[in-house]
Amino acid sequence: MRAIVEGLDLRRAKSLDDALHILRDDPRTPMAGNTDLYVALNFGTLVPRRFLDIRALSELREISLNGDVLVIGALTTYTSLIRSDVVGSRLPMLVEAARQVGGAQIQNRGTLGGNVANASPAGDSLPVLAAADATIVLRSAAAERRVPITQFYTGYRTTVMRPDELVVAIEVPPVEGRQWFRKVGTRAAQAISKIVVAAVRTSAPRIAFGSVAPTVVRVPETERALADGAGIDEAAQILSREIKPIDDIRSTAEYRLRVAANLLRRFWEETS
Amino acid sequence: MRFTLNGKDTDVSAHPMTRLLDVLREECGLTGTKEGCGEGECGACTVLIDGDPVCSCLIPVAQAEGAEVLTIEGLGNDHPLQHLFMNEVGAQCGICTPGMIMTAITLGPEPTLDDVKTALAGNLCRCTGYSAIYRAIMKWRQMPDPGTQVSAAR
Ligand SMILES: Cc1cc2nc3c(=O)[nH]c(=O)nc-3n(C[C@H](O)[C@H](O)[C@H](O)COP(=O)(O)OP(=O)(O)OC[C@H]3O[C@@H](n4cnc5c(N)ncnc54)[C@H](O)[C@@H]3O)c2cc1C
Ligand code: FES
Ligand code: FES
Repeated sequence: MRAIVEGLDLRRAKSLDDALHILRDDPRTPMAGNTDLYVALNFGTLVPRRFLDIRALSELREISLNGDVLVIGALTTYTSLIRSDVVGSRLPMLVEAARQVGGAQIQNRGTLGGNVANASPAGDSLPVLAAADATIVLRSAAAERRVPITQFYTGYRTTVMRPDELVVAIEVPPVEGRQWFRKVGTRAAQAISKIVVAAVRTSAPRIAFGSVAPTVVRVPETERALADGAGIDEAAQILSREIKPIDDIRSTAEYRLRVAANLLRRFWEETS
Repeated sequence: MRFTLNGKDTDVSAHPMTRLLDVLREECGLTGTKEGCGEGECGACTVLIDGDPVCSCLIPVAQAEGAEVLTIEGLGNDHPLQHLFMNEVGAQCGICTPGMIMTAITLGPEPTLDDVKTALAGNLCRCTGYSAIYRAIMKWRQMPDPGTQVSAAR
């Protein structure tokens, strides 16, 4: 099986500025680690025809601290997240999520910015970023803007990102309290999440789920109940009213509801 | 587009979005790298780019430009790990074997069985049931002179 590339057009950006000007004047689909795009190409389901390779832009690969804020460049790979001391000490739940993405081959190429921009409701980093109150930094040739991750997604696989913008970085403020990540799939590695949860245990717990809705979601009612001292049984009931998962090829809505409630209990027990 | 292939400077003329897998097999005539799934799941197409295992079915050749690419052919035909795969019956149909070996040579020093399993999580085998593969790799890492190893932990 040979993937068909005739008729596809590729430009390569020399710098971030160059990339943003190309996107303004000659709109194209950005190409980072290709672990989503080339699966679609190989399947014959890739819609775009014109691409911009941004993978070489070293400006987008840095992990740094800006004051208190952890700044992760969009092109940071899962492998770099796993190896980063500062990510390991500040955001261990992101390292946990990265370890469970694909195998080494996918971790070596897949990027955090690609996971965010791809906007799959099953993206494993998204609940982590939502529970951490992360901000997505978008830049165009004209301007830069910051969007909280909970406002970044507008529906199933849609975002507020405009075609002339790139995700340049993800900013994560300090996270206090114990961090917790769990992914329930059919196999530890390689599996597309059936359900994934990231949570932070503080006096005001923060809990985010993936694969239970068209986008990643926080569960504010459940969070509030726990903050106000509700028991875990009551919180689990509130959770099952708050999320509305769907049936799909990977699992049923009923299964997802049950697993989500079990994961909530597990989080509460393991971080107590 | 130029890159280093198994130590040799190589120039290819394929469309820049052609999968590295197709360039290796068709333009370069190196058919040791296999295609299993074509979607990043099976690892049969694993090659090393600058020392890191990657799925060549997910990489446009443009992203290999200037890089060092190592395929199973680059190990020669006499690598101790290749012999161990044969002796331990770590290969049956053989489709997964080149990818398994390319991933295995990036293992860090003194891997535990768990390290081996984690490292090979992206390489699937439908024939052997894995234990012979793990055995071959563990024996290889206990050899006094294991030949080529690529340290990925740079
Ligand atoms: C075998 C396999 C296993 C996988 N396992 C998992 C898993 O366990 N969990 C999980 O969440 N995902 C998984 N994935 C999906 C994929 O690896 C991730 O979503 C990855 O993070 C995508 O990043 P990328 O750089 O490869 O994106 P690409 O494929 O390069 O791009 C994906 C999309 O994002 C856009 N894009 C990329 N970067 C930017 C940017 N900086 N700005 C704007 N748009 C951008 C592209 O235009 C494209 O639409 C798996 C994929 C494979 C093949
Ligand atoms: S053929 Fe590339 S991972 Fe299966
Ligand atoms: S030997 Fe046949 S797939 Fe591994």
